[in-house]
Amino acid sequence: MTSVDFSTTLGNSWFPSPIFTASGCASSGRELAQFFALHDIGGVVTKSVMNKARTGRQTPRMAETPSGMLNSIGLQGPGIDAFIAKDIPYLIEEKARIIVSIAGETIEEYSTLARKLRGVAGISAIEVNISCPNVENRGLVFACDADASRRVIDGVRRTIGGELPIIAKLSPDVTDLVSIAKGVVDAGADALSLINTVLGMVINLETMRPHLGGKTGGLSGPAIRPIAVRAVYQVHEAMPSVPILGMGGISSGRDALEFIAAGASAVSVGTASFGNPTALISIQKELKELLAIKGFTSLRDAVGFAHRDQAVD
Amino acid sequence: MGQINKNAVQINATLISNKRIGQYHQLIINIGDLAIDCKPGNFVAISVGGDSSRMILRRAFAISRTSISATFGGTMELIVAAHGQGSRWLCEQSEGVSLDVVVPLGTAFGIPTESLPVLLVGGGYGSAPLFGLAEVLNARGCRVDMLLGASTGTKIYAPMEGKRAVNSLRIFTEDGSMGQMGRVTDPIPDLIADLNIAVIYSCGPMPMLAAINAITSKVGVVHQAAVEEAMACGVGICMTCVVPVADSIGAISMVRSCIDGPVMDGALVQWDKVGRAL
Repeated sequence: MTSVDFSTTLGNSWFPSPIFTASGCASSGRELAQFFALHDIGGVVTKSVMNKARTGRQTPRMAETPSGMLNSIGLQGPGIDAFIAKDIPYLIEEKARIIVSIAGETIEEYSTLARKLRGVAGISAIEVNISCPNVENRGLVFACDADASRRVIDGVRRTIGGELPIIAKLSPDVTDLVSIAKGVVDAGADALSLINTVLGMVINLETMRPHLGGKTGGLSGPAIRPIAVRAVYQVHEAMPSVPILGMGGISSGRDALEFIAAGASAVSVGTASFGNPTALISIQKELKELLAIKGFTSLRDAVGFAHRDQAVD
Repeated sequence: MGQINKNAVQINATLISNKRIGQYHQLIINIGDLAIDCKPGNFVAISVGGDSSRMILRRAFAISRTSISATFGGTMELIVAAHGQGSRWLCEQSEGVSLDVVVPLGTAFGIPTESLPVLLVGGGYGSAPLFGLAEVLNARGCRVDMLLGASTGTKIYAPMEGKRAVNSLRIFTEDGSMGQMGRVTDPIPDLIADLNIAVIYSCGPMPMLAAINAITSKVGVVHQAAVEEAMACGVGICMTCVVPVADSIGAISMVRSCIDGPVMDGALVQWDKVGRAL
């Protein structure tokens, strides 16, 4: 089998592999490190961290659904100061490439987070999560509003300066994803994470009430994969030069290649790790083999392949 | 912080026996030398439904017992109630089938360093890991008494051989169909006084654990409770299985029952806040 150049870039950061954890599905890496070496994958996207420690929502926080699950965590986390003090040094020691995901309740909070991360060494990129569905007020899902999205990214860009790539994580729960994507790119995002979970609900028929403590939750897993592939395809079509970190139900090398063909330069594996702690490693291996079988010598040649004109017979 | 789940391994393990015992299934799974690392209170996460399944999450089961035999090497026993789709699938598997398991997971019951009188309290099939625990405590020289409770007699799990390690076993059912009619928590205050109980080990539904803790908190008896909360991953990454717990200075946080549990210090769990926002 020919060797495949598996490396990729997001903004000006280079990664040896296009396979990443998904924010919120790997905590800060320690738990998965029991099952594989964190430097063997493209990178760790840490769980979205806020300025202050946060306890999150009440239980039940999850419901399995056909080929998917709802989660309703509510951004539980240690707060940025504890995260920088404890988690970043650990990941650096493990030689992991780090993408820090941040979340805020206000535009100012995102800027505060960016300011605290600006001087931290060893970070490859910042993912700005403006699309977590598990917030009390749907009006606070910045990614559902083009102007709010733009202002968050603008604030982070101004604070961070020009060096560290900014990846804006967007929601599929919008009418015109492309216009929101264009807005955040105009505001200074170097790349896009597509997609966050899809807002959903399960009714518990024993109690006849919403099953989750937070009533609604984010749907993830293979159930949302076609939505995610569509989102990646539409945004890549509109902005082919903007790198996309694709995610949504990826659980095999085949799934990953769908995202890459649709236009993703890299992919995040989230819910699959819940069912299989070594999913990232097997997906990475399968993708590499699949690219070789399809005759690609470089991952980059496959990015956006689905958009190319059919070869003339 | 120590390494998380430092003994946990993902392996394909052979199901070597699947027997129906009343309402439950007893599964014996060959896990080789990993059985040595499995302590009472640890659990296992198993893939269910096969490769094409629409069930994407593992199912977590308490390890009820382990053994090392010349014929099979190391094995673990699980007692499974075929409640939902996943557990039903598992109970339908025949001997010889290979299962994708991650084992051992979680924080086990703490075993006293000296021989103390202890009480084990189980609700429903939550009693399963208590029999393996009883053997370990018995070997430590502890006097072990046990209470089992359920809504009805068919939901009591009490294997004959399990009774060897206990000094006494009393059964309570809410409908009186087995043992005494009443709740398993009814006799606890008297037993604590009569037997000078130092530690209560409990496993079962959360309301039962909370009721036990209401008793132990009054008399200062140590309560090691194996809590129950829905888990998506079992390995600490999904943050769904959290329980409100106080730290040494009284600050309450949501703690993962898969990593910092399932066995927790009952005195620190905020039982009145379970299922509520903090």
